[in-house]
Amino acid sequence: MRIRGNILLILHSLLLILLSSCRGDVVVYPSENEQHGESVSGEFLGFYLLNEGNMGSNKSTLDYYDFSTATYTRNIYSERNPHVPLSLGDVGNDLKIYGGRMYAVINVSNKIEVMTADSARRIGQIDIPNCRYLCFDGGYGYITSYAGPVQIGRQHAQLGYVARFDTATLQIVDTCIVGYQPDGVVVANGKLYVANSGGYMLPDYETEISVVRLSDFKEEKRIEVAPNLHYVMPDRYDRLWVSARGNYNSRPSRLYCIDLKTETVVDSVPMPVDNFCIEGDSLFFFGQQFNWETLEDERVFGIVNVKTRELLTENFINDDRVFQKPYGIAVNPMSGDIYLTDAKDYVTPGMLYCIGPEGKIKWEVRTGDIPAHFAFRKKTL
Amino acid sequence: MYLCSRKRKVLSDRRIDIVICLSLISVLAWAEADSTAVDSLLEQLRIEEVTVTARRRTEPVLPVQTLEGERLHALSTNSVADAVRYFSGVQIKDYGGVGGLKTVDLRSMGTHHLGVFYDGIEIGNAQNGVVDLGKFSMENLEQIALYNGQKSDIFQSAKDFGSAGTLYLRTRRPRFEQGKNFNLQVSMRAGSFGLLNPSVLYEQKLTEQVHLSASAEYQHAHGRYKFRYRRVMPDGSVAWDTTAVRQNGDVSAGRAEAGVFGYMPRGKWHVKGYYYQSEKGIPGAIVNNVWTNAQRQWDRNSFVQGSYMQTLIEGYDMQVSMKYSNDKMRYLNPDTTLMYIDNSFLQHEIYMSIANRLQLSGKEALIRGLRGSEAEWSMNLTADWQWNRLWADLKEFVYPTRNTVYFVAATQVDWRWLRAQASILGTYVNDKLGKPSVFTHDAAENRLVWTPAVFFSYQPYLKEQLFLRAFWKQNMRMPTFNDLYYTDVGNISLQPERCTQYDGGVEYSKQWERGVMREVRVKADGYFNQIRDKIVAIPKGNGQYRWMMMNIGYVEIRGVDVNGGISLCPVDELILSANLSYTFQKAQDFTNREEITYGGQIAYIPWHSGSVTAGLNWRGLSVNYSFIYVGERYHNSANIPQNYEQPWYTHDMSVGYEVAFKNGVKNKGRETKSQVVPKMSFAIEINNMLNQQYEVILNYPMPGINGRGIVRITL
Repeated sequence: MRIRGNILLILHSLLLILLSSCRGDVVVYPSENEQHGESVSGEFLGFYLLNEGNMGSNKSTLDYYDFSTATYTRNIYSERNPHVPLSLGDVGNDLKIYGGRMYAVINVSNKIEVMTADSARRIGQIDIPNCRYLCFDGGYGYITSYAGPVQIGRQHAQLGYVARFDTATLQIVDTCIVGYQPDGVVVANGKLYVANSGGYMLPDYETEISVVRLSDFKEEKRIEVAPNLHYVMPDRYDRLWVSARGNYNSRPSRLYCIDLKTETVVDSVPMPVDNFCIEGDSLFFFGQQFNWETLEDERVFGIVNVKTRELLTENFINDDRVFQKPYGIAVNPMSGDIYLTDAKDYVTPGMLYCIGPEGKIKWEVRTGDIPAHFAFRKKTL
Repeated sequence: MYLCSRKRKVLSDRRIDIVICLSLISVLAWAEADSTAVDSLLEQLRIEEVTVTARRRTEPVLPVQTLEGERLHALSTNSVADAVRYFSGVQIKDYGGVGGLKTVDLRSMGTHHLGVFYDGIEIGNAQNGVVDLGKFSMENLEQIALYNGQKSDIFQSAKDFGSAGTLYLRTRRPRFEQGKNFNLQVSMRAGSFGLLNPSVLYEQKLTEQVHLSASAEYQHAHGRYKFRYRRVMPDGSVAWDTTAVRQNGDVSAGRAEAGVFGYMPRGKWHVKGYYYQSEKGIPGAIVNNVWTNAQRQWDRNSFVQGSYMQTLIEGYDMQVSMKYSNDKMRYLNPDTTLMYIDNSFLQHEIYMSIANRLQLSGKEALIRGLRGSEAEWSMNLTADWQWNRLWADLKEFVYPTRNTVYFVAATQVDWRWLRAQASILGTYVNDKLGKPSVFTHDAAENRLVWTPAVFFSYQPYLKEQLFLRAFWKQNMRMPTFNDLYYTDVGNISLQPERCTQYDGGVEYSKQWERGVMREVRVKADGYFNQIRDKIVAIPKGNGQYRWMMMNIGYVEIRGVDVNGGISLCPVDELILSANLSYTFQKAQDFTNREEITYGGQIAYIPWHSGSVTAGLNWRGLSVNYSFIYVGERYHNSANIPQNYEQPWYTHDMSVGYEVAFKNGVKNKGRETKSQVVPKMSFAIEINNMLNQQYEVILNYPMPGINGRGIVRITL
């Protein structure tokens, strides 16, 4: 009995040792290449896709699609910048290319990561707490931030601001206080338009756009739109298109059109809008409204003609594919292909779909977690 | 077997030499027996020695693992969570540090399916269902027992039947040596992370039948420790290597507890009060450009509880239990780079239970005519009622109240070599809202759920401690208040999450009273679990980061738990013991066939994990070593390289020495029974001796090498 017991124990420990694998060094994630679509060449060379990564995961990553080789490269940032501790950061929120440089807004990491536009190599960073969206004009960048001054006497309510930074020195040169939790920002007609959300103020959401003069960088006026504003984009007819998330109650999510001459809302699209992009005369959007009766999201994938302000279709997708969580959208300026991302459950890898103008999925590829923001890379002379 | 030795200890005081050795073995070893039953036996023995022979078998029907006595205190542990790591089938989610959140997941079924009982009554959290085991001190615990399925004893409250697995924490019951009517123990721990942890325990014999116990403890730690992150290039050269100090992991906590234990002819009762208060920093995730966090949490947990057990007439026992608890929590995020949050939550719980056991046949049968029967057949009818209320200062909060009624019919048959149990639990839940909100207009519908269970144990040879066993059990967990009503996230249509367990196992042990080899134990269980309608958060609606709780998950778990132990007594007074546990788990997400996660190992569940402990006791000296291994995992059921988590393993060591004083003269560690002998013990613990830099949870770095010193004086 004694021997049998010993043998059992020895076997047991051997089993444990055999089955155990040991720790090794953790290697910086390499990038991964996949071929998708057909190679084309033209005015644009490719696009970057910023994956947000769920909050606290530090898994914001950058992917790149090259038009000429039809190659999709996942996780290009850590491959190009392997020596940056903790890589790109936590929760990517916006991505833009301006003047040969690419700017990635990393929200929880409180910074704008500045990279070369052609190779995604790090140049530096601009520290901005709780930064959200950015735009550029005349050598300056403009970035919205939720982290303005805390107001005394109003339950720690915190106004937001827009910061102006010099793209040459990457230094903040000025700030302008706007409304609560400012999101989308754009320069049009020589003015800065900031969509205030009031996202922390439930149920008292912000409803206005702040108009900021660029000359002295002061807030000039506000334009009343709808609760919980999000994205703002200009079209080529001197109009702004603004999406509102709504107050999740009496005021649903909607898309609004503002005439820049009168600075008033002139039109709205009676559809929920999560995200949109404008290419030429077409505004592509999608939205979902949660239906408490069926406990399902009701989806719309629409196109609006910005010239006539007509809704052309409520479903530009002509495919059986079920999207779990449509999240990011962009349109290829050369081919008119629609790029739509699916963020899935926010913690597993997302998908990118390339949808042809006729609404069929041409190709699809796995991305990082929460694929969201696109930046097209233009050919430089 | 623990049981046998303890039985002997009680029964034959004459054979002290054997008893000392055996009891040492038993307390050193992982006692695998149903020690709760043993303890109730012991208490009954105080009153009625005759009952001992009536219980032919008290071996468990169900897999149980226990840690108790010296063995429990020999482990280098800061809290209950650290001790539970030595059990097989268990995974701890540890966010690091002295004050960090630590939750337990049993056989990959999720933390909500594990019930945690403190002195016989469940610790609830109607708000989110999570019990933070990091909050429970080891200082006054005498036993931790983990049951798969449910506790083997059918004479218990209905809530004891209501979890897929149950962790019982039992505080020290006063026991007085001959001629003593009080016990006093004062101890001080100090060590890494700025830990200072004084505690005092006092026990008084009020009368022969009524004993008082009181204890208090204070813990303070700054919680700072160095951690290191390092990445290499594919060619092996260093990509980056950074060392930082973990911040905002401080904790200050106080605990006070008092209990009165009463013994009566054919009955016993106890009443206790508990108070815990803490303030701690929440260290948070380490991400790029953010090396410190500012969130804080205040907890105040208090309860009073009592139970009374009585044999009313031969063959009919009754147990009544009651509890009121009041738990307050405040969470503060003062960090102006994030949304400012300052929320307080207050929970009330009232609980009552009445359990009735009828002995239908066998020696103690209710009906005299059936006392000759060879089969011991008993039955239990139990009803529990629980009332919960949650208050919070959240916007649009609905102030929910819940009434839950549990009723159980259970039966047990012991016949020759076979023991069988069957139970059915009915759970009726009724929720009400204090105030409807714009998001939630109604309370969830009333629910009535039946969950049956069947257990078998078979002993092929009466002379050998060999048992074969199998069980099948269904369990459900009700959606919590957060799942149902959390402002804008909750979903009142949620169904209960269901789990089914199938388990088959074998257990063997053998003891020797003489010789080098004193005990060998081996135990193995194979199991298959299914989790249906798993409650998970999924994105919903428009806008970013808006979630919705849904019943969409489906998980299958296939696993093996193995435990083994050995005790040796090579020379007089020298005890060597070693224990092993090993767990294999294949826990797969089968929620959606279309997704990359289909068939993937679920988050943070390693395929292989295990522990080894070894101890040496010689007179007053004890040396203990322990090793914990958690194999490779993924932090998401998408098992891709980006989600891969390295294995981690720690080596811990402790050395302790106890001196007993007899009239101021050192007594070489020997105990004499009849006198008050002041004792003093010292221990030094070194944890993570190889200074491994690891993470249990992504972006929550764990401490490297750390140590503690303990001094304890017992009067």
